[in-house]
Amino acid sequence: MADPMKIRAQLKGDEAVIRVLMSHPMETGQRKDGDGKTIPAHFIQSITVAVNGKTVVSGQTGGSVSRNPVFGFKLKGAKAGDKVAVSWIDNKGDKRTDETTVA
Amino acid sequence: MRKFRIMSALCALTSAGVFAAHVQAQEVDHAKADAEFAKFRAEMEDSNPAELFELKGEELWKAKRGPNNVSLAESCDLGLGVGKLDGAYVLMPRYFKDADAVMDAERRVVWCMTEKQGFKFDDIAKKPFASGNYTPEITSLVTYVAGHSRNKQFAVNLKDPKVREIYETGKEIANYRAGPYDFSCNTCHGSDGKRIRMQNLPNIGSKEGATKSVMGWPGYRMTGGVMLTHQWRMNDCFRQQRFPEPKYASDTITALLTYMTANANGVMYKGPGIKR
Amino acid sequence: MDMLRRTVLKGAGATGVLAGLLAAGVLKPTLAYANDWNKAAFEAKELDAALKALGAEGAAEHKDLVMKAPEIAENGAVVPIDVSSAIPNTASIAILVLKNPSPLTSVFEFSNGAMADVAVRLKVAQTSVIRAVAKADGKVYSTQKEVKVTVGGCGG
Repeated sequence: MADPMKIRAQLKGDEAVIRVLMSHPMETGQRKDGDGKTIPAHFIQSITVAVNGKTVVSGQTGGSVSRNPVFGFKLKGAKAGDKVAVSWIDNKGDKRTDETTVA
Repeated sequence: MRKFRIMSALCALTSAGVFAAHVQAQEVDHAKADAEFAKFRAEMEDSNPAELFELKGEELWKAKRGPNNVSLAESCDLGLGVGKLDGAYVLMPRYFKDADAVMDAERRVVWCMTEKQGFKFDDIAKKPFASGNYTPEITSLVTYVAGHSRNKQFAVNLKDPKVREIYETGKEIANYRAGPYDFSCNTCHGSDGKRIRMQNLPNIGSKEGATKSVMGWPGYRMTGGVMLTHQWRMNDCFRQQRFPEPKYASDTITALLTYMTANANGVMYKGPGIKR
Repeated sequence: MDMLRRTVLKGAGATGVLAGLLAAGVLKPTLAYANDWNKAAFEAKELDAALKALGAEGAAEHKDLVMKAPEIAENGAVVPIDVSSAIPNTASIAILVLKNPSPLTSVFEFSNGAMADVAVRLKVAQTSVIRAVAKADGKVYSTQKEVKVTVGGCGG
């Protein structure tokens, strides 16, 4: 089971600043371990941010996004109480969805 | 900027034992690099992956675990009463009567895990620090505990004679020269203005230097993307001095942490940080 | 603009359906995503090939596409990059590290009130130009910055 994300959605004027921290190794598939064996690629390929059920950002990522990824997005016309859901799926099919509310 | 290419070339040279490039190193604009790093740090700290480990630590702190099936929340006293977290980290190392010992935060949590939850010390000590994709439970727990002392001042109680004694021991250890290089902690960290390439070396005997040494631990290390505790940092210093590796959660490490943390007394702790 | 063709995951409704299918074991998530992830663009070794696979060739510079990046990065494993576009109707932003083995790092598509503004943290293997490419009203724009990567101590 993938570990939970940490999502922050803060209202600044009528904009919401969304910050997401994800727990993921983001292995490129190009690194070698101590024994010289290649560590298989394992990285998030797709992320979606939905507000009140509507997709606002859909992203694709490769192995060159840093380990334990951090993303920031901005939303216009947001209001307190809006539900923000973030999901990711990686190249092995592992996935995770977490939610927070705009505050 | 060409200067930085010179820098990495210098790295290779010095490790090969050639020091002729020494003069060129002085061309590097350290003030500018430091300012740039500081800016970068602030941005990194704004959303620090350390928070993910606090989250994990919270889960572990609250869960009934171990052979005794109790949670740390309902059994572990970090010095302010059972389960009380706020401000506990910055008061450690401190003397704990129940253990009749001065303990730093990590050592105390280990003590609670063994004495209250019934875990075996040897199991915890087998792989006590993070590497690769592995993060020990103790690391997440310490990060969680430390997160509850954000914006609180370090206040190691040196009026307690037992703490004072350990502090003095720590001071001696910092100055103790040994190993194949005849090194002590103070060889690098005992006076002002020292540096290894791009990195400044704090003087742990001064308030300013001690602050730099205790701030940001536990820290999320960008290299390797792992969460590491202050205990780990101490062990790594021993490795760098080519000393034998200290036993996990040993008196020696607690003494050093007491010395450094108390030297930073009065400074506001910013919580789990980011390390290079 | 089929840079991110989403045949399966179009909007929240579809997500729900997909989740149902996943739960029922009808679809393997890897399969669902293999169709979606722009493999050609992400695995391209050259900038031109990556841009071609993104359908983002022939970009023009635009002052309203702005990148924030450290001039000197303390650690190439984690380089914070912020890209925002004030170009009207910016639909997507892609970020590429030119000297990485595969330049494309990520691409984001904005809709339903999301501003064309994204912050990411990237691995930058060596001192490199970082380029952001935005699409707006069928046109392609770009901006770039060089980030110097240092090593702190030897083997640090």
